[in-house]
Amino acid sequence: MSDIIRMTAAELAEKLSSREISAVEATRAHLDRIAAVDGDVHAFLHVSDHAIQQAERIDERRAAGEQLGELAGVPLAVKDVLVTTDMPSTSGSKILEGYMSPYDATVVKRAREAGLVPLGKTNMDEFAMGSSTEHSAYGPTKNPWDLTRIPGGSGGGSAAAVAAFEAPLALGSDTGGSIRQPAHVTGTVGMKPTYGGVSRYGAIALASSLDQVGPVTRTVLDAGLLHDVIGGHDPRDSTSLRDEWPSMAAAAREGATGQVLRGLKVGLVREFQGDGFQAGVKSRFDEAVQQLEAQGAEVIEISAPNFEYAVSAYYLILPAEASSNLAKFDSVRFGMRVQPEGGGTVEQVMSATREAGFGPEVKRRIILGTYALSAGYYDAYYGSAQKVRTLIQRDFNAAFEQVDVIATPSAPTTAFKLGEKLGDPLAMYLNDLTTIPANLAGVPGISVPIGLAPEDGLPVGIQFMAPAREDARLYRVGAALETLLDDARGHTLISEAPALGGK
Amino acid sequence: MSEITPELVAHLANLARIDLGDDEIQSLTTELGQIVDSIQKVQEVATDDVPATSHPIPLTNVFRDDVVGETLTIEQALQNAPEHADNRFKVSAILGEEQ
Repeated sequence: MSDIIRMTAAELAEKLSSREISAVEATRAHLDRIAAVDGDVHAFLHVSDHAIQQAERIDERRAAGEQLGELAGVPLAVKDVLVTTDMPSTSGSKILEGYMSPYDATVVKRAREAGLVPLGKTNMDEFAMGSSTEHSAYGPTKNPWDLTRIPGGSGGGSAAAVAAFEAPLALGSDTGGSIRQPAHVTGTVGMKPTYGGVSRYGAIALASSLDQVGPVTRTVLDAGLLHDVIGGHDPRDSTSLRDEWPSMAAAAREGATGQVLRGLKVGLVREFQGDGFQAGVKSRFDEAVQQLEAQGAEVIEISAPNFEYAVSAYYLILPAEASSNLAKFDSVRFGMRVQPEGGGTVEQVMSATREAGFGPEVKRRIILGTYALSAGYYDAYYGSAQKVRTLIQRDFNAAFEQVDVIATPSAPTTAFKLGEKLGDPLAMYLNDLTTIPANLAGVPGISVPIGLAPEDGLPVGIQFMAPAREDARLYRVGAALETLLDDARGHTLISEAPALGGK
Repeated sequence: MSEITPELVAHLANLARIDLGDDEIQSLTTELGQIVDSIQKVQEVATDDVPATSHPIPLTNVFRDDVVGETLTIEQALQNAPEHADNRFKVSAILGEEQ
């Protein structure tokens, strides 16, 4: 049944639960799809060789009458930043080639317990540093809408896997937009939860005060279903919040009725309305906002004067934290070891290993972070960036006194060509202009597809942000807009994606 | 203009334990110069009266009872080590001849 792969996770889950489709059939359909198209897309770094056996076990448990989770038997793609006991975890880096973790990341463990079937590990920029997946040590992923273009980053593999119907659900991580920007450029849904809402245990750390794990899917409801599986307190992550969370899937289902839009106060950021946004991104965004207004939402312009400093603050805080986190790749306990010619001390071995094992962007950011933290510069750079963080939080606080959600384009442009920005790190960094503020403040953000830019026919997403802990609000609003747009269009946006030839 | 020089990049690379080649030091000097010029605008608004934020959601220290939990076995801890012997990680000489 080839249309298995076209189903949403929610639809597939229903047919699994009614035993119309078996977990083995669902898994095989997706493995076949991966075999057919991933040579072109390169979303996966590793495809599981035992997913079918895991699916068989789900079918057996269901046949035995066991009560299984709502998503039991649904295949899942896992970003390679998340460690897994049964598949290698490299975080897109040569330094971790072949690394087999002795434990599962908490989100992976929870997904397994809920009966999801991990299909494989998805490609990413090395250690999640990038916005195009071109910094992967294993070659770039291609955008399923146009194979000559980037799928976003760092989680381009997860977004492309979902957009290319290689998996209905994927896990991502978002430090400055790595879930939301790939969603934007691939016409898919990506959610960065409130900082601390989802466990980071077993996520190979990039910048610990910014990293957050979240769902990558084709619909808002599917994201909510996966969020419900992976979210909640984890004693193994000391930044994990102890909150009791409402069901995000229930919020999405409630949102689809559209009631939430009546009287909803939507904030538009004045500072994000000038130049720097592609015309088609801007026009689709404006139309989506008009749709919200037509359903009774109230649009209010808000000012966030410090957002213009967010990218700068981010590129001080992230490298500083990354340079510290990546110090663990010391050639002693795990990962690559390179012997300098004629041998050497442990420090010389370490330096030779890190020179050989890290790619150019990782080196760039480690050196930048080392600079920002070094004596004499700390106050001017890292210290100042932390103050900007306070100012951005204050901008959010002031805005959320006036509005329920903030809406922005999810990124300034549609998918650019592979190679286009690779030689210009600063241009690459500006991709995350609208997504970075949420990470600095710890608030949740979701990207929902809203249409294609007229000039290039490529997907555009809208980002909604809400106060910390109000993740459910984003599912309500996101599902409301998604339903509105799908109804107006008569079909989903992703169904317009070009067919992939494959074999 | 920023103060990024090839000597500074070489010094930072030494601190970060990355044995950069000369061509890498040259290209990083240019790139880091541009990046630092661009990001130092944070100083415009980071005035003395603004407190620093290190963590997005305020949390107090998280403690647990001081009891043995689930831990890795020695075999698991060593399974990814490039070299090990006698249940320990094995490394080359700590001190060089000049030390």
